[in-house]
Amino acid sequence: MSATKRVNIFSLSLVRGIVFQILGTLVGIGVVTLIRLLMGLPAWKAEPAGVFGAFLGVLFFLVGAGTIRDWYKMALGEPVSDHHAADPEQPGWAKYFNISYDHKVIGIQYGVTSVVVMLLAGSFALIFRAELARAGLQLIELDMFNTLVGLHGIVMIASILLGVGAMSNYLVPLLIGASDMAFPRLNAFAYWVNVPGALLVVSSLFLGGFDTGWTGYPPLSARAPLGMQMFFLGVYFIGLSSILGSLNLIVTVIRMRAPGMSYFRMPIFVWAAVATSIIGLTATQLIGLSFQMVMFQRLFGMGFFDPAKGGNVILFQHLFWFYSHPAVYVFILPGLGIISELLPVFVRKPLFGYKWIAMSSLGIALVGFFVWAHHMFTAGMEEYLRVPFMYSTLLVAVPTGVKFFSWVGTMWRGRMSFETPMLFTLGAVSIFLLGGLTGPPNATVATDLHLQDSYWIVGHFHATMFGGFVFPWFAAIYYWFPKFTGKMYNEKLGKLHFWLMFPAFYLMSLGQMRVGLLGMRRRIADYDPALGFDNTQTLVTIAGYVIAFSVLLFLFNLVRSIRSGEVAVANPWNSRSPEFQLPSPIPEHNYAEHPFVVVGEPYDYGLADAEYVRFGAASEPAAAD
Amino acid sequence: MTTNVTSEVRASYAYKTATNRLGLWLFLLSDSFVFGGLLVSRFYLLGNTRPHLDQTLGLIVTAMLLVSSFFMNRAETAIAHGDEKTFLRGTLITLVLGVAFLLGVVGVEWRLAPFGPADDVVGAVFYMMTGMHAFHVLTGVIFLGIVYRNGRKGLYSAEKHWQVEAAAVYWHFVDVVWIFFYPALYLIGTVAG
Repeated sequence: MSATKRVNIFSLSLVRGIVFQILGTLVGIGVVTLIRLLMGLPAWKAEPAGVFGAFLGVLFFLVGAGTIRDWYKMALGEPVSDHHAADPEQPGWAKYFNISYDHKVIGIQYGVTSVVVMLLAGSFALIFRAELARAGLQLIELDMFNTLVGLHGIVMIASILLGVGAMSNYLVPLLIGASDMAFPRLNAFAYWVNVPGALLVVSSLFLGGFDTGWTGYPPLSARAPLGMQMFFLGVYFIGLSSILGSLNLIVTVIRMRAPGMSYFRMPIFVWAAVATSIIGLTATQLIGLSFQMVMFQRLFGMGFFDPAKGGNVILFQHLFWFYSHPAVYVFILPGLGIISELLPVFVRKPLFGYKWIAMSSLGIALVGFFVWAHHMFTAGMEEYLRVPFMYSTLLVAVPTGVKFFSWVGTMWRGRMSFETPMLFTLGAVSIFLLGGLTGPPNATVATDLHLQDSYWIVGHFHATMFGGFVFPWFAAIYYWFPKFTGKMYNEKLGKLHFWLMFPAFYLMSLGQMRVGLLGMRRRIADYDPALGFDNTQTLVTIAGYVIAFSVLLFLFNLVRSIRSGEVAVANPWNSRSPEFQLPSPIPEHNYAEHPFVVVGEPYDYGLADAEYVRFGAASEPAAAD
Repeated sequence: MTTNVTSEVRASYAYKTATNRLGLWLFLLSDSFVFGGLLVSRFYLLGNTRPHLDQTLGLIVTAMLLVSSFFMNRAETAIAHGDEKTFLRGTLITLVLGVAFLLGVVGVEWRLAPFGPADDVVGAVFYMMTGMHAFHVLTGVIFLGIVYRNGRKGLYSAEKHWQVEAAAVYWHFVDVVWIFFYPALYLIGTVAG
């Protein structure tokens, strides 16, 4: 980029949005205060003013950033264009801070936001893990500890949802041969609504925090400080993003596939993304509803969860977990899809049992709708619900087992090579196995009564998240990095990242499980040294810091490679997938100048003359299915 | 289904409309989970009891909403046949009935009800359900207003009237939700003491 290109910082959508958000918040606070004044009430009340201000702030952000400009024009019947070309007057990086309808730009926006948010959430964990390294209170107050634990949870969830958004937005149109998503405007909106939402969640830190953990159970959440409301409202908007993104993705896959690409010839990641989106589209509404009900209970005194008014707190848990359990499948299904996508490339063998893998993703998503109450075995819900939910939960192991069977079958007698993406893929398989095997004891009522709310659960959960999301996420970033940037990452640093993170993770997760079995409760700032696991706690903390260091190494690698890395070839992995047949980086309009038809099976690696995509005239008729 | 679609077909109004239609129906599926969640909450919290409400008023607003859907359907069919006059009249009648429904529920029923939202859980459930539904009716009314304005400017034709179709489908959806909410609030169970 040349030095002559200058950007007026207030022309960037991000900056304008944030300025508008501050403005909107002030207007909202003012309006509520004025109304209270006119009604003869005491003018200042922080809760309604703060909540309405925050709500208006988000709307102002969306207007200020320009996300709804086109819809406004459409409502007035004016013509709009589907493609915003990048402004040639601005340097290349500016488009990432502006509204763009290009799914690749939006995918990078999601991805970078995800990593930034992950660093934030990770540093929260580093603070409270330092506190937990030894018994007694050394560093932070109890309220701060609670807030940090809750924020670590919810901000990581936001980061994972953004990461899932990054993968499905960037990859799915490329994998199915589409020029873009079905609804580019909605796509941009779904990304941008995350920004004010995430700002609200983090603002809770400065508004008294919240001491409920990320689950926000009433009755505690009904009387926590104002930060609780910011948490609810922020998550509400992040959930809206999830719903709209899922809708867009399903429509894209159904309507935008390349000629000849029947459902069973799609790259396998697309199936995972669709299964994820089915959950995101429907179940997300229930967490929104449950949070909205607590917000209204606090604002208007509506007694949904107030036993004194005939309410019932268990209802919140039912509504909350109806989303929040399937949500973990939203987090892991794309990652499992990445594993299935990458393994055949580095093993040079066909994917074992393609249709079974595709169906197992849908199977996990479907069964996931019927397991939520396994989080409530000790909550005081109706006892007759326990056994049915135990069985439905154990049923999840069947489609998940199908996936493991297929991965082992794919690797069996393959010609493996061990580049960084492959290392992360294998690491993911191994860690997800740990996460999977530690699950059934929590699903079984008898053992769960003992394990509930212990650090064992923390260990189990982190194993599923690292195996199901974090490792595949890094694998995907390394694997498609040449397609994002046109540069190659540094292989040595990539491998170092893996060999630091992988053992450190095992140490952390197994350590968490050990202290849990020995009696450590989750979300508790202190423990009795007589329990005798001080040293394990210290090791867990050290492992956490090693993981953090390896992530910094990863960032250093990416930044350095973008600036001065080797120029990447078009297809460094010798992949059969269509996006690797395009130049690196991907041209702005994807396949517009390189139309292709699908003529064979996607994963026939190692078979002579097996063809998947054939480039040429777009109108050429496809082979019969 | 779409495996052999050329790029010319993809750029056509008909193909884009079919894509939009799928998106709209998925949105309604998603939205129905909100209302489903509210129904579940109602039965979980209130069981076999219901709020003490004005039956005559309930019947009147329900009738108005059902009749409005008839006129909306008439409007959509009319524009599909190029009959702008019937289309505009049908949209206007729907809009007026929608506003009347809102006034009936929020303006009258909320005042007549012998309980407030903060009194007990019966009130909480009643105001939450009717409030969420009224919010959807309000957005539908705004949508109808836009369609009416654009219709008067002659922006819709027999071939191109996706906005009319979308407004109509959304309106019917809001109507169908009320068909579940009305019995759940007004008819099922005994009046809560």
